[in-house]
Amino acid sequence: MATASQHRIRKRALKVAHFAGLFLAMSIICLPGLWVVLNSFRPTVEIMAKPPVWIPESLSLDHYRAMFGGAGEGGVPVLTYFRNSLIISVTSTVIALLVGMAGGYAFARYRFKGKGVMFVALMASRAVPGVALSLPLFIIFGRTGIIDTHFGLILVYVAMNVPFTIWLIDGFFRQVPKELAEAAEIDGCTRWQAFWRVEFPVARSGIASAGIFAFLTSWNEYALASQLTRSATSKTMPVGLLDFTSQFTLNWGGMCALAVLMIIPALVLTFLVQKHLIAGLTFGGVKG
Amino acid sequence: MAQVQLKNVVKKYGAVGVVHAINLDIAEGEFVVLVGPSGCGKSTTLRMVAGLEDISGGEVIIGDRVVNDLPPRERNLAMVFQNYALYPHMTVRENLGFSLKIAKRPQAEIDRAVDEAAGILSLTPLLDRKPGALSGGQRQRVAMGRAIVRHPDVFLFDEPLSNLDAKLRTQMRVEIKKLHQRVGSTVIYVTHDQIEAMTLADRIVIMRDGHIVQVGTPLEVFENPVNTFVATFIGSPPMNLLEGVIRAGQVVLADGTAIPQPPGLNVAEGRKVQLGIRADNIMPEGHALPPTAHMAFVEMPVILTEPLGTETLLYATLSGTEMQAKMLNPRPVSAGERMRFGIALDKCHLFDAETGNSLRG
Ligand SMILES: Nc1ncnc2c1ncn2[C@@H]1O[C@H](COP(=O)(O)OP(=O)(O)OP(=O)(O)O)[C@@H](O)[C@H]1O
Ligand SMILES: [Mg+2]
Repeated sequence: MATASQHRIRKRALKVAHFAGLFLAMSIICLPGLWVVLNSFRPTVEIMAKPPVWIPESLSLDHYRAMFGGAGEGGVPVLTYFRNSLIISVTSTVIALLVGMAGGYAFARYRFKGKGVMFVALMASRAVPGVALSLPLFIIFGRTGIIDTHFGLILVYVAMNVPFTIWLIDGFFRQVPKELAEAAEIDGCTRWQAFWRVEFPVARSGIASAGIFAFLTSWNEYALASQLTRSATSKTMPVGLLDFTSQFTLNWGGMCALAVLMIIPALVLTFLVQKHLIAGLTFGGVKG
Repeated sequence: MAQVQLKNVVKKYGAVGVVHAINLDIAEGEFVVLVGPSGCGKSTTLRMVAGLEDISGGEVIIGDRVVNDLPPRERNLAMVFQNYALYPHMTVRENLGFSLKIAKRPQAEIDRAVDEAAGILSLTPLLDRKPGALSGGQRQRVAMGRAIVRHPDVFLFDEPLSNLDAKLRTQMRVEIKKLHQRVGSTVIYVTHDQIEAMTLADRIVIMRDGHIVQVGTPLEVFENPVNTFVATFIGSPPMNLLEGVIRAGQVVLADGTAIPQPPGLNVAEGRKVQLGIRADNIMPEGHALPPTAHMAFVEMPVILTEPLGTETLLYATLSGTEMQAKMLNPRPVSAGERMRFGIALDKCHLFDAETGNSLRG
C-alpha cells in the first residue's frame, strides 16, 4: 500500500515537473512573439522605455490605424504586400508540391540510372546558403528583366523548396506499401488512377506537411526577397517591414503591427492543417 | 472462369534468371497450389500471371487470350496479398466496392454485391470501419471479400494466411476451400506451407530454384515423389532418408544394417541409393504395425519422444541418421531405450544417391 501511494505521488510529482519544464520552455520560445504582439498595441514611448515596461498601461490600435492610413501618416501598402506574399507563396508552394510529388514518387518507386547521385545532388543544393546566391541572382534577374516581378520570386522559392519537398515526399511514399497500388491496378485502375485514388490519399498528410513547410519558407523568406524586389509590384510582407525604417528613426510599433499581420495567416494555416500533421500516416491496410 | 496456361514462361532480372521456362496448364475451376521453399519464384510466377511483373519470355494465356502485354486491369483477375494491401483510407465497405466503383457500376449494384460478399464472409458488422480498426483475421477476410465481389475469372492468392496465428489459419483454410466450392473460379494459390498445399489443392505444383519439380494431386505427390526434394518437402514429418548401397537385392547401410529393397524395384548391384521411409511406415513392434507381407525389422535406440496424444513421435538413430517414427497407441518410452521397429517396405521409396531422383518407374 505504502509503495503504491508513494508510486502515485512520484508519478504526480513527475507530471508537475514535466508541466513546469514545458511551461518554461514554451515561455522562452513564445516570448519574442508575444512581445511583438504586445508592442504592436502600445505607444512607441512605452516600447522604447528603459527599463522595459512589462505590464502595458494602455493599449491601442494606433499602429494598425497608421499602417493602413495614407502614406503621409506612416502608412504602408499592406494589402498590396499581403497580396504579393500570398500570390508568390501559394504559387511557389503549389508548384513545389507538384514537382515534389512527381520527383518523390519517382525516387520512392522507380529504379533508374544515377538515382543516388541525383538525390545527393538535390540535397547538396540545399547546403548552399541562400544569401550566397543573392548577388548572382540579382545580376541574372536584372539582365533578364525579371527582377521585381512575382515570377522571379516564385522561381527562386520553387528552386529553394523543391529539393526539400522531394526529399520529404519520397519518405512518405516509401512508407506506402507498393502492394496498395498493385491491388488498385488489379481492381481495375490505371497506373494514374491507382496513384490518385490510393497512393495519394494515403500519403496525403505527408504531402500536406511538405506543403506547410514550403509555404512557410516562402512566406517568411526575407534575405533574397529584399534583394530581388524593390517596389510595391512585388514586395512581400517581410520586405515591407523595412518601410518602417527611415534615415533616423525606427517605427517599432508599426513594424510589430505588420509582423503580427504576417504571423496570423501562417498560424491559421498551421492550425487548419495540423490535424493532418498530427494524424500522421495510418497504415491499417497492411499487416500491423 | 477461365483456364490459365503458362508456356515456357521465363523471368529474368537483368542477367539473373529467376523463373526458368516453366510450363503449366490450369483447368477452368481448378485449385492449383504453387509450393516451394522461400525464394523459389512462386510469387514471381503469380505476379506474372497478375500482370504486376513483366514476362521476360514465353506466354501467359488466360481463357483464350495471350495476356503478356495486357495491364492487370484487363485480365479480370483478383489477388489477395500477403499483407492484405487494404486501402487504409477507405472503410471496409469502400474497400469491397472499390473495383466495381472503378468499373463505374451503378451504386445499387455495388451495394448489393458488397452486402452479399460481406454476408458470405461475416463482415456485415464491420462494414463502416477502417482497416486500421480490424484484427488480422478480419483484414484477411476483407481482402478475400474484395476479391470475390468482382466475380473474377481467376483468383490469385500470395501466402494469404501466413500472417495469421495457427488456429486462425486452419479456420481460414476451411473458409477458402468453401469459398472455392461456392464460386468455382480458377484459383492459383502460393504458399510455402505444405499442409496448406495438401489440404487446399486439386493439384500441387512444387517449385525449386525457378523450376517446376513435380505437378500432381496431393496424394500423387505424397505417394510418388519424383525426388528427395519433393519427398522431404511434402508430408509432415519429412520423409526419413537413409544412405546405402544395393547388395544382393538389399539396401546395405553404412553400419552394415541390411534392409530389403522395396518390392517391385530392381536396382542394379552396387548402386548408391537413398531409402525413403515416412514416419507412418516405420513403427515400433507391438504398436499397430500396418498389415503387409513386406515387413522388415530394425533395432534402434530412441533418443527423444514427442507425445502428440493419439500418437507419439519417436526420434531414433539408424546408421548415424536421425529417424522419426510414429508410435500408435503410445506407451511411455524413455530416452536411450532400444526398440524393434517394423518397416512397411511396400510404402518405401528408393532414390538415386547422387541425383536424388526416384528409382520407381
Ligand atoms: N527485383 C528483383 N531483382 C532481382 N531479383 C529479384 C527481384 N525480385 C525477386 N528477386 C529474386 O527472385 C527470386 C524469387 O522470388 P519470389 O519472390 O518469387 O520468391 P518466393 O518463391 O515467392 O519466395 P517467398 O516464399 O519467400 O515469398 C528470389 O531469389 C529473389 O531474390
Ligand atoms: Mg513470395
